[in-house]
Amino acid sequence: MSDDRHEDLLAQRESVREQEQEREDTPSVGARRAAAALAGVANVPGVAKPDAILVADDMSRHFGGVRAVEVEHLEIQRGTITALIGPNGAGKSTFFNLITGFDRPNSGRWSFDGRDISGAPSFRIARHGMVRTFQLTKALTRLTSLENLMLGATGQRGERLLASLLRPAWAAQEAGIRHRAEELLARFNLSHMRDEFAGTMSGGQRKLLEMARALMVQPDMILLDEPMAGVNPALTQSLLGHIETLRDEGMTIVLVEHDMDVIMSISDWVVCFAQGKVIAEGRPDDIRRDTAVIDAYLGSQRSLQEDQT
Amino acid sequence: MDVLAVLSVAVRGALGPEAAIYALAAIGLNIHFGYTGLLNFGQVGFMLVGAYGTAISVLSFDAPLWVGVLVGMACAVVLALILGIPTLRLRGDYLAIATIAAAEVLRYLYRSSFAEPVTGGVFGLVQFAGEFYAVNPYTAPLELGPLRFSERALWLMTVAWGITFLAAGLVWLLVHSPWGRVLRAVREDEDAARSLGKNVFAYKMQALVLGGVLGALAGSLLAINSQAITPDAFIPIITFYLWTIMILGGASRVLGPILGSIVFWFLLTFLDAFLRGAMSAGWIPGGLLAPSDIGAVRFAAVGLGLMLLMVFRPAGLIGNQKELRLDVR
Ligand SMILES: Nc1ncnc2c1ncn2[C@@H]1O[C@H](COP(=O)(O)OP(=O)(O)OP(=O)(O)O)[C@@H](O)[C@H]1O
Ligand SMILES: [Mg+2]
Repeated sequence: MSDDRHEDLLAQRESVREQEQEREDTPSVGARRAAAALAGVANVPGVAKPDAILVADDMSRHFGGVRAVEVEHLEIQRGTITALIGPNGAGKSTFFNLITGFDRPNSGRWSFDGRDISGAPSFRIARHGMVRTFQLTKALTRLTSLENLMLGATGQRGERLLASLLRPAWAAQEAGIRHRAEELLARFNLSHMRDEFAGTMSGGQRKLLEMARALMVQPDMILLDEPMAGVNPALTQSLLGHIETLRDEGMTIVLVEHDMDVIMSISDWVVCFAQGKVIAEGRPDDIRRDTAVIDAYLGSQRSLQEDQT
Repeated sequence: MDVLAVLSVAVRGALGPEAAIYALAAIGLNIHFGYTGLLNFGQVGFMLVGAYGTAISVLSFDAPLWVGVLVGMACAVVLALILGIPTLRLRGDYLAIATIAAAEVLRYLYRSSFAEPVTGGVFGLVQFAGEFYAVNPYTAPLELGPLRFSERALWLMTVAWGITFLAAGLVWLLVHSPWGRVLRAVREDEDAARSLGKNVFAYKMQALVLGGVLGALAGSLLAINSQAITPDAFIPIITFYLWTIMILGGASRVLGPILGSIVFWFLLTFLDAFLRGAMSAGWIPGGLLAPSDIGAVRFAAVGLGLMLLMVFRPAGLIGNQKELRLDVR
């Protein structure tokens, strides 16, 4: 490796460390706003939030004898980063599927932004402003990265059959969408893959692509199912920074994540699932000490270590 | 054996109206499968309703021929809705089953004796396209060395190839638009498209209707071409020829079906003429191959060619070979 390259890397690492440091030292506007909004909220499962964007009631989904989801009541506060944690098979992904219309619950009602969307088809829920990514990525393999992103834009005139034949009717809008897609590609370090088929991308790149594509929808709320799985540390840091920026701009983010360091560093609120139920929710620091969470998810070893540090 | 004669027969086959008609129907299939990923195994059913829609309108209702063609296309819209509404929300295989069955049911329906007063039953319908030939602008046959096209053939070729290239142009415009992008996204992953707010069902329906209408138009042209149709001209094997043509040329390529059809018809007519010539010249011993076997042998040879193609150019003649090598993860 040349010296230049090495210097570069060192500088890059330094800047990442600085970013981290900065984040820990000075909470961002969004973080402060979220903390203030959630200040009076108690640490009990199903607690009401002052300004909930998503409210779910009596949601249940059974697969044969498996009670995958049994959520009595859950609210997600607007403008926060809420982390969903819980052991494998706890029902986090199934809960995502239910509220985004990709799966039908056995029972339950849920509303988004004050609008009842129980049983609405998934594409309509996405249009209302709640967009999700998938745990197993769904890259559109025979579309280029750029096309993947451009697809995400909503309200495209050229997506109507007859209008699509009239290029002048949508060319200007298309150029704007292309511009936005290129910006997002750059933000996710994917510019070099712009014209490559998404099918040629690595697993981690696909995760990034999917998240960028979801952002093209410009949703009010985004549900990320393990967005950092398989993404390298430096990029994880920059992604986390990006997610915080989105929150600071007012977007609501719900993410499923297994990395406790990530959760502690960025989430404003944590909801812990186990065997389909919400067993605990609260601020990250409270959740780390919650006995129910330790028993079901963290394990006593882990929480002890963290208390010592 | 006259090599030049054999070749000229093959060229006539490759450029003839049938090649254009099959290309047109395959363009419809390409919208279904190549761009949207819909498994339509009953394209011949759309051709059937197009052909009969045209003939019946003219013969039973005294409608002008062009109205008949429009009626045929309208029938395809209805057929697509009937097939699509129950199946397009389900997994892809259901459409495959429904289309293959519907095409056969339609054939039996049109040949049944109770439908005979309208459809002509097994005997079919004849002489309904006089108007078309009455406006033939060609007054003399075209002769290019050993190649000879009659005025009638020229007129048919002009119209059939004209419509086919228009359809290809339409497809080009569509797939190079945001609408086409959604279509391809649906082909790749329906759930991903849904998660971005696309009404997948509506897009699949539009694709099914559009491809079906092109199939019906091909059916109308087929009827006009032969001036005689019987239900048994619309057997399932036609659908599989169309699949062969589409895959041969390259699925999800605008010109794929056109190239595929030309090559398909060239090979078919070439082998036919060649085998006949070789047999009468005594090159093939009579015990090995009887003249009645030629029809089967030429299809076997086309099948062999297709297998070789799949080995060496799996995405078809002009398909994007890179696309096909993408692994699925
Ligand atoms: N389609 C299905 N059919 C049958 N059982 C299912 C189905 N989907 C999920 N389950 C079951 O529901 C339970 C919850 O699964 P889910 O995928 O929601 O877990 P998760 O919390 O996302 O886990 P992980 O952290 O491993 O992603 C599991 O026991 C799983 O076996
Ligand atoms: Mg999961």
